[in-house]
Amino acid sequence: MVDLSVKIGDITLQNPVTPASGAFSWEYNDVIDLNRLGGLVAKTICREPRLGNPTPRMAETEGGIIQSIGLPGKGIEYFVAHIVPEYAKFKPPLIVSVSSESIEDFAALAAELSVPDVDVIEANISCPTRNSTGGNFAMHEGYTRDCIQAMRAKTKKPLWVKLSPNAGDIVSIAKAAEDAGADCLVIANTFLSLKIRTDNFRPALGNKFGGLVSPALKPIILRMVYQVAKVVKIPIVGIGGVTKAEDVVEYMLAGASAVGVGYAGFRNPTALITIIEDLAAWCNERGIKKVAELIGAVRDQDMEKDPLVAASAGV
Amino acid sequence: MPSEPKGKYTNSALRAGDQDPYPQRLVGEFIGTVVSNRSVNDEYKHLILDVHEHALNAYAGQMFHLLCPSPDDEEVWMRRPMSVYRVDRQAGQVEFLYKVEGRGTRGIATLAPGDDFNLAGPLGVGFKLQQGWNNIVVLGRGVGLATLAPLSQLAAERGIGVTAILSARNPAVVMSKELFEGLGARTITVVDSDGSSAIENVEKIIEALIAEGKADAFFTCGSNRLLKLMQRLGKKHNIPGQVAMEQIMVCGFGACYVCMRTFEVDGQRVLRRVCRDGPVFNMQEAVGW
Repeated sequence: MVDLSVKIGDITLQNPVTPASGAFSWEYNDVIDLNRLGGLVAKTICREPRLGNPTPRMAETEGGIIQSIGLPGKGIEYFVAHIVPEYAKFKPPLIVSVSSESIEDFAALAAELSVPDVDVIEANISCPTRNSTGGNFAMHEGYTRDCIQAMRAKTKKPLWVKLSPNAGDIVSIAKAAEDAGADCLVIANTFLSLKIRTDNFRPALGNKFGGLVSPALKPIILRMVYQVAKVVKIPIVGIGGVTKAEDVVEYMLAGASAVGVGYAGFRNPTALITIIEDLAAWCNERGIKKVAELIGAVRDQDMEKDPLVAASAGV
Repeated sequence: MPSEPKGKYTNSALRAGDQDPYPQRLVGEFIGTVVSNRSVNDEYKHLILDVHEHALNAYAGQMFHLLCPSPDDEEVWMRRPMSVYRVDRQAGQVEFLYKVEGRGTRGIATLAPGDDFNLAGPLGVGFKLQQGWNNIVVLGRGVGLATLAPLSQLAAERGIGVTAILSARNPAVVMSKELFEGLGARTITVVDSDGSSAIENVEKIIEALIAEGKADAFFTCGSNRLLKLMQRLGKKHNIPGQVAMEQIMVCGFGACYVCMRTFEVDGQRVLRRVCRDGPVFNMQEAVGW
């Protein structure tokens, strides 16, 4: 029997498969047994009650969807009083995603979310449709450092930091987050995108820009995970285009300790369970006793450098 | 040899007869088998699927989220929500009546008997019939009538009389008349081609039903114009009502907040999720579209 558990700092996940924030809620218990997931990731919460963005909030595109939801929610007080208890009914650790437009408020929210039933605080400093000086701090090294330092000073909970794929140099931003006290890096949020309708010449989304969600993103995010894993010591959660067990394996080989799944759960509501079962089967078939052995196990040190020799190898 | 990756990653979806590893589920991901998929007229088709017994819990107004095959060389990336047209518990079948219109429904139209079809559901809050209602009025247009049709089944089971006003462009595309009538509903057809579907005429028909005492509650789907009419008459005569709404939808479980519609509750405008708070809502609170 394969051991699927992975450790992220002091937190143990029973398997490396978690939902991605925004693509999940406790309401999925209607269709899958939430106690089988690696973790539970709540939708990003803000201090104030928010209606979110105008509709349409989603448009299909080649390879997936673009979406701009606008962080709707009932605010932090309601969240702690009513939504945290919904998640507390289940065993996997609760990861609470949080966003704000100011560093001071990010820090205050970290303190207010440091309640017993919250296991991890995930700083969503990368909402793609927020301004880079007003909440999308992961676009800049300096803002990232300042925000995570401020949050770190206000909470002892494990602090995960969700990075942006839209930043120019994600590696230095990852390093800044680590230096500022992050316990884990979540790579990454969605790609800022635009779709224009050719029938009426209007942007397809009510909010104009949206985040691209697609299996096609996997090679790009995988590259980011790989690059960041080479320079940081803290664990990484890879998010982008995971639809099957082999994708989890790929992310782990690149250096991730766990993955987040969004798109696949939209396509198949039971996808996370399928991926967990297939991952166990994949390990069993190869005699892998602990899935954690895969973390960073990519074989990139002994690559053939001579093109003549490489081209003569069997394929 | 290690096994090859499974093509469609649906090994947690249930086929008819499968044992359910999570029997307390309210919602399932199912692989139905197409029994038939026939054209009803030039625009509409009727799909019948053999499904796992859990899917048979669907009631009037609830939806399934359909993973549509592609009608062309491009993928259909997201599911399409569709209200259930009929549940045949004896036969173990669910049925859908759909207008072949967008890429999703054009994809469904390609299904042939024996094909697999992945559907998740039943989703959402459907129609509710209250104690004390003896006669209801159902008013729908186009494919909205497919959503309203199972109400006649529900009402018939409760001994509630149904008058169904069926609105369409022309007599050839009036939907579900036989289904409504087969379950004992009285039907009144109004069409654009002879002008009988004009709002003033439909208003007269409904006013007459109210005068006869045949309108304890209103139900509608498929037309903003007809919704506004029923809201006005409902307010005037203090008759409660329910409306089934649709919206672009992603997850179906209330998680993603894509499928929002505006409602007015106690003078306040609020957003609600069609997938989980609906698709059937209090008619007077709906703002329309």
